[in-house]
Amino acid sequence: MIRSVALTGLAAMSIFGSAGMANAQSGELVLYCAADESICRLLSESFQRETGINVLMTRRSSGETYAQIKAEEGQPRGDVWWGGTGDPHLQAAQEGLTAAYESPMLAELQDWAVRQAESAGYRTVGVYAGALGYGYNTDLIDPNSENAPQCWADLLDEAYRDEIQVANPNSSGTAYTLLATLVQLMGEDEAFEYLTALNDNISQYTSSGSAPIRAAGTGESSIGIVFMHDAVAQAVMGSPIQTVAPCEGTGYEIGSMSIIEGGPNPENARIFYDWVLTPEAQELGAQANSFQVPSNVNAATPPESPNLEDILLIDYDFDLYGSSEERARLLARWDAEIGSL
Amino acid sequence: MKQVFRTINQVGGLWLLLGLTAVLILPWYKVAPPELVSGGALSDAALFQALAGRAWLWPPVLGILALAGLRVARGERWQADDLVLPIAGTSFLFFLFQAFAIGLRGPAIPALGEAFPAAMLGQTGLGWGGFALGAALVGIIADSLAARGFCRGERFGANAVIFVVALLLLFVFFPIIRLASAALFTPEGVFQPGVFIERALAPDLWNIDCLTGGSRCGVVINTLILGITSATLSTALGLALALLVARTGFRFKGALRAISILPIITPPFVVGVAIIVLFGRTGVVTGWLDMLFGIPPTRWIYGLPGIVLAQVLAFAPITFLVLLGTVEAINPTLEEASKTLGAKPFATFRTITWPLLRPGLAAAFLLAFIESLADFGNPIVLGGGYDVLSIRIFFAVVGARYDLGNAAVLSIILLTMTLGAFWLQTQWLGRKSYVTVTGKSDAGLAAQLPTPLKRTAYMVVIPWVLFTLGVYLIVMVGGFVNDIGRWDLTPTFRHLNTAFSFEIGERGLQLFGSAWNSLQTTLLVSAIAAPLTTAIGILTAYLISRQSFVGKQAFEFGTMLSFAIPGTVVGVSYVAAFNIPPVDITGTMAILVICFMFRNMPVGMRAGIAALSQIDKSMEEASQTLGANGFTTLRTIVLPLIRPAVFTSMVYAFVTAMTAVSAVIFLVSARHNMATAYIMGRVENGEFALAIAYSAVLMVIMIISIVLIQFLVGKRQLGRRAELQSVTAPTAAE
Repeated sequence: MIRSVALTGLAAMSIFGSAGMANAQSGELVLYCAADESICRLLSESFQRETGINVLMTRRSSGETYAQIKAEEGQPRGDVWWGGTGDPHLQAAQEGLTAAYESPMLAELQDWAVRQAESAGYRTVGVYAGALGYGYNTDLIDPNSENAPQCWADLLDEAYRDEIQVANPNSSGTAYTLLATLVQLMGEDEAFEYLTALNDNISQYTSSGSAPIRAAGTGESSIGIVFMHDAVAQAVMGSPIQTVAPCEGTGYEIGSMSIIEGGPNPENARIFYDWVLTPEAQELGAQANSFQVPSNVNAATPPESPNLEDILLIDYDFDLYGSSEERARLLARWDAEIGSL
Repeated sequence: MKQVFRTINQVGGLWLLLGLTAVLILPWYKVAPPELVSGGALSDAALFQALAGRAWLWPPVLGILALAGLRVARGERWQADDLVLPIAGTSFLFFLFQAFAIGLRGPAIPALGEAFPAAMLGQTGLGWGGFALGAALVGIIADSLAARGFCRGERFGANAVIFVVALLLLFVFFPIIRLASAALFTPEGVFQPGVFIERALAPDLWNIDCLTGGSRCGVVINTLILGITSATLSTALGLALALLVARTGFRFKGALRAISILPIITPPFVVGVAIIVLFGRTGVVTGWLDMLFGIPPTRWIYGLPGIVLAQVLAFAPITFLVLLGTVEAINPTLEEASKTLGAKPFATFRTITWPLLRPGLAAAFLLAFIESLADFGNPIVLGGGYDVLSIRIFFAVVGARYDLGNAAVLSIILLTMTLGAFWLQTQWLGRKSYVTVTGKSDAGLAAQLPTPLKRTAYMVVIPWVLFTLGVYLIVMVGGFVNDIGRWDLTPTFRHLNTAFSFEIGERGLQLFGSAWNSLQTTLLVSAIAAPLTTAIGILTAYLISRQSFVGKQAFEFGTMLSFAIPGTVVGVSYVAAFNIPPVDITGTMAILVICFMFRNMPVGMRAGIAALSQIDKSMEEASQTLGANGFTTLRTIVLPLIRPAVFTSMVYAFVTAMTAVSAVIFLVSARHNMATAYIMGRVENGEFALAIAYSAVLMVIMIISIVLIQFLVGKRQLGRRAELQSVTAPTAAE
């Protein structure tokens, strides 16, 4: 009788207990992946195959991943945060959420990747780069017409009312990069005027950064503002998508990677960190339709990738726009002026 | 009798044994706490931790040792000793105090740091030892209360009541209170009660521009508009279905009932996705309409219309079941009398049937309204720019700016709305049972539906059936063709392969598919949660309907509270309460199981209470007169008689654990991801085919599991059916 109550109590407790035990296991890596699902999946599988270390991967958007790591600050559950725009990585570095690590692979990396690492005291490193732009559906917008969009300004055309999608900067690093890019390109007040005008043409602020281009690919909308490599990936997969590098110039992201401070498997985190910076690992991107420019100088850039040399790139101030205060300030202003419309 | 008595004492000793084990052997903390200056302790058990310098652990340790001393001094009847309750109670209070007062980063009260220098280092969450001691002290308190006449001196009853109350306090009230307190802090963590008012009155919550011709309403108003619209439509549809089944010669009643089960086992998001595939701007139906009638494709589906469509599809079956009960319970003699007196069929319907239906309609409406408030999956897929509370709460937590305080305020608003509706519902349900009681003498024939009404019902129901079939056709096909979104119907197993691929190589079986992790966790969590949920639900039902104890009404309200809380609120409150010591269980499987247990237990409890009210108490009294105690009576007499309730509870708990999303979305982790959370990620990212394929797999698993549960629980019941029927027949309409 009461014995059964006690047994039930014990059974319930064994759940607690097993929860407590789980942390002690080795041979695991908890990967927070903030890039596209397919590359996240491919990286985890390849790493698992190569090292036998079991990868537990969660894919979330950059903003969600950052919020998760911040929420778990007391007791981190993740080891490595791979991918997603560099800003939240820099912010996390500033707040001490991530750990400093100078990988032996640093010598092989592109300048921009190393600069990213240096500016954060080696708490993060660049793993790929990609320029911001947009893609449009060629079934819905004739690419040969004179009116085909070429610039940021073209997106304000009344013809595109409710035809454009972009992510919500509160949840997506892509959309925050757009916000920061426009502020740097146009000046802050002008950028918000532009976004207010653009709001009339936006049908939906999605929560995932690359979702807008998928909607454009299926024709649910005409234009998606995304990183150009995401637009290229849609086109490669057979969608009628034309990629545009805006004529006024555009910003870019340095997709980054950080080791989470106090994570459960620091050894494996460093093994993964070094492995993922090798040319072989970086070339996996093309297989998973990820057409970013890899950060290892020896890794071949996929032929489909938008060539960064041909794009008018602004001098993106990662230090300023990656900082917590600036980010919070810009997002608050976005909420007040755009989000509330 | 003597045998029984001995067991009681041995088991009373078992709590003591558990307590001693907890402080002497088991590791007190979940993970080793910071190293002390005096060097490491001999072991991780509480006694040695206390010796090594964590002096605040002495009161609970000494308490349990003192109780053990009492046992030795007083012998078998030690629990009746006057000292037991004060010692156990004080130890328990000290145990709680130290657990909450000294956190991960040191003491919450500075004075504690001065008293115990070691406290400055902080302590981690409770582990085996901590939880075992807590359970042991609660058990001893219950035993000694029983020895003082609590629950008529019945030890089983006292233990059960005290444990259920303790668990409810820990897993229902504590999170809610933690959450409510978060509402009083600014995002920077400064205590400032004024921010609550400021947040609660924010114009983006209460703006009513859209009603006065403006562009957009506040999120609370949006939520209300959505809830009222979809509850009204669901109720109307449910009524049409119920009347068609109960009051016409409609031929496909069985098929209709079968269809009405589908939404219950449908994972979230998939209906939303199917609706986009059908009615999105490039949707199939949209394409036909454009081709045949020249209606230009638009994006009307994103926003209020789409959410309402998806919710009506999901809730109409629920309102149907509620209203079917009401319609069938109406006493046909009244209608017959009306007809005999010369009233035309329509007049009879208007003056007799309709008034009798009204309580049922209100109940169905409020049920759908509550479901709509809590719905998370449909708004996030189909919402477009239409903001509702459940979504806003979600982004307050996982958005780029983590603002638990704001999430808390929004949660409290949502909870208030739900509780309001819930209170109204219980008011109406009270009247509904009145109708059922008069329906007992069911002589006479039920009136057929008047022809115009019948036609209307057909006109409403047939499009709904077609729509439902269309949606589920998409679900069945969508996962196994190239790209349903672009209407590329080349058959493929690509998506299934992405989700569930595996390799048998030199390292043995390796699961590479991205969905394996979440599928395993989901199955395991559901399989653990279903019996535990049922156990606590049925036990609570037994306590409420058969035991008498102080504070029973408050107890009943407490159990229903966990049912009324929307999932998003539960999720947020669990994160707020259980991410830090002492009960530090976020990121584990335990938190998922516990969340489901306390969320779904009221259904088993309600089913149990309903079943118990049909069983005469005299059988249990006979059992007790013959010397059986509470537990034996429950096991040998009550449980076999309420098997249908056990089945209902198991199925509900299992299916809900497989399909729930709003609560678990905050509780999943890399190690323990749930299927619904995984599917949501795919949907957000536009990978519809993968989401659909996975959902199809889940639905197949659920159907198999329901059959399996029926086999396990219901098989034995078959032999007793005749007997059971005779007991339950009078109220079978319930």
